[in-house]
Amino acid sequence: MFHSVLTDTLVRWILRAGAVISALVMLLILIFLLIESWPVLGQITPTRFFTDASWHPLEGAYNLMPMLSGTLLASVGALLLAIPLGIASALFIIFYAPAFFVLPYQRLIELLAGIPSVVFGFWGLTTLVPLINQFHPPGASLLAAILVLTLMILPTITLTTHSALKAVPDEFLHGAAALGLSRWGMIYGVVFPAAHAGIVAGIILAAGRAIGETMAVLMVAGNVVQHPQGLFDPIRTLAANIALEMAYAMDDHRAVLFVSGLLLMILVMMLSAMAGKIGKHKYV
Amino acid sequence: MFDVFAINRWQYYRELLVQLIIYILVLLVSAVFIWLLFDLTRGGLAHLSWEFLTESPRDAGRAGGIGSILVSTLLILLVALFVAVPLAWTTAALLSEFVPTTSQFGMTVRFSLQVLAGVPSIVFGLFGNAFFSIYLGLGFSILSGGLTLACMLLPILVSTAEAGLRAVPQSYRLSAAALGLSRTATLFQLLLPAAAPTLAAGLLLGIGRAVAETAALLFTSGYVDRMPGSLLDSGRALALHIFDLSMNVPGGDTPAYASALVLVVLLLSINIMAMKLAYGLQRKRIMSV
Repeated sequence: MFHSVLTDTLVRWILRAGAVISALVMLLILIFLLIESWPVLGQITPTRFFTDASWHPLEGAYNLMPMLSGTLLASVGALLLAIPLGIASALFIIFYAPAFFVLPYQRLIELLAGIPSVVFGFWGLTTLVPLINQFHPPGASLLAAILVLTLMILPTITLTTHSALKAVPDEFLHGAAALGLSRWGMIYGVVFPAAHAGIVAGIILAAGRAIGETMAVLMVAGNVVQHPQGLFDPIRTLAANIALEMAYAMDDHRAVLFVSGLLLMILVMMLSAMAGKIGKHKYV
Repeated sequence: MFDVFAINRWQYYRELLVQLIIYILVLLVSAVFIWLLFDLTRGGLAHLSWEFLTESPRDAGRAGGIGSILVSTLLILLVALFVAVPLAWTTAALLSEFVPTTSQFGMTVRFSLQVLAGVPSIVFGLFGNAFFSIYLGLGFSILSGGLTLACMLLPILVSTAEAGLRAVPQSYRLSAAALGLSRTATLFQLLLPAAAPTLAAGLLLGIGRAVAETAALLFTSGYVDRMPGSLLDSGRALALHIFDLSMNVPGGDTPAYASALVLVVLLLSINIMAMKLAYGLQRKRIMSV
């Protein structure tokens, strides 16, 4: 008896140690990002990231705004396209599809959710960019970034919306049908209000993914540091900037890249905190 | 699913219109995705051969194969799993079996992992470069790449394992306690075997995530495409190989297509296996109740 109590205590401590280490990883990441960005954060006022004349890190000009606007424009554009497509896909699977199509379509979406970003980027580079180039050179542009990001977050939005719609209790649907509501009337008046928290949480999750995406955007966006004037102008996002310049960045330049990493992480953390908060309110 | 008893003409047309829009959008999505898959298959299949899978790349990857790349990918993956799996599964066992769901400790660990799950992969790359490559002095190596990936995999491994353990019926734990089994024995003899399919499914999902990763490996495991001699050598992962071929090597498109096809097929089989395990578990559960 005593023996097993001893083992239990021992095992409990081992498990506790594992959990503490797992929890500390997050802290370690934060600490190292802060340490690495300190040479710059401690010296210059943070407003310089927005007011400097340009992004010329070797000459000490650290304006992150063009890249921030590139990131946000690409993400918002992708969301504008992916939200209707994703919600339509989920509605199709649950309410509109003939029984024969449900499974194949669901499998297709799941398959796409598993395709790595570098493959989306590669396809965008070899297919989409030349295609856009025919209409409006140079091809590598904000539009290409938006399209590739749309493909990447579409499965996320479809799958989360799907599970949110599925969680709507059957009685709601039966009640709506008994009241003689039409199919769209039921979806618009009953299903959406009941599922909206889950749908919004999924969209925010997808937004976080779009903001943090690096490789696919890096491959198709053209990577010119500028405020784009239109859909066909090349852009550079914050994440792509890190990937492009880390290889040769030294001293302060390197520190600024860590600052932009920190900024990226804070953006995404805020979004996921929001998603977590909204996701908790189920069945309004 | 439901019969439409259109009350008036306007409503009838509205129904038709909505249905039409949804069908068109779904058709569009399917067409684009089938286009993508078709492109990959057509571009890659011709170049694919046994030699391509086993030879080392020559001439910056334009000729030769991806043999050494596959070995590097596998080594990075093994390092990541060797570190992440024990940590993740002990954490999951503690969270689901040994501390109350609402305890401060459990909430803190869970919150920390939740935040970790949202961190963009390029930020993991920055951290891996600063901590493993430079601070710990591992340099650009398979070891630092694998350790970086291990940090990335933790959240998904913990959450799947915790869900699997929680899905084991409460009656198992009560019966074990009634029979006088210690909690350790209950965990190892009963709960872990019962949750094994979910643990395996979570493991496969983690493997899929790791194999698909590029951004976190850029500045940690490096670009060298030779056969790695040890874990401290730099090794290029398959996803990174595709990136390098398409961006930095003119004329690298054909091998890039073939590598992309290999990667997608690899991930597809991993995902199918994970799904099979998860569904198999559900069926078993229904039958045993």
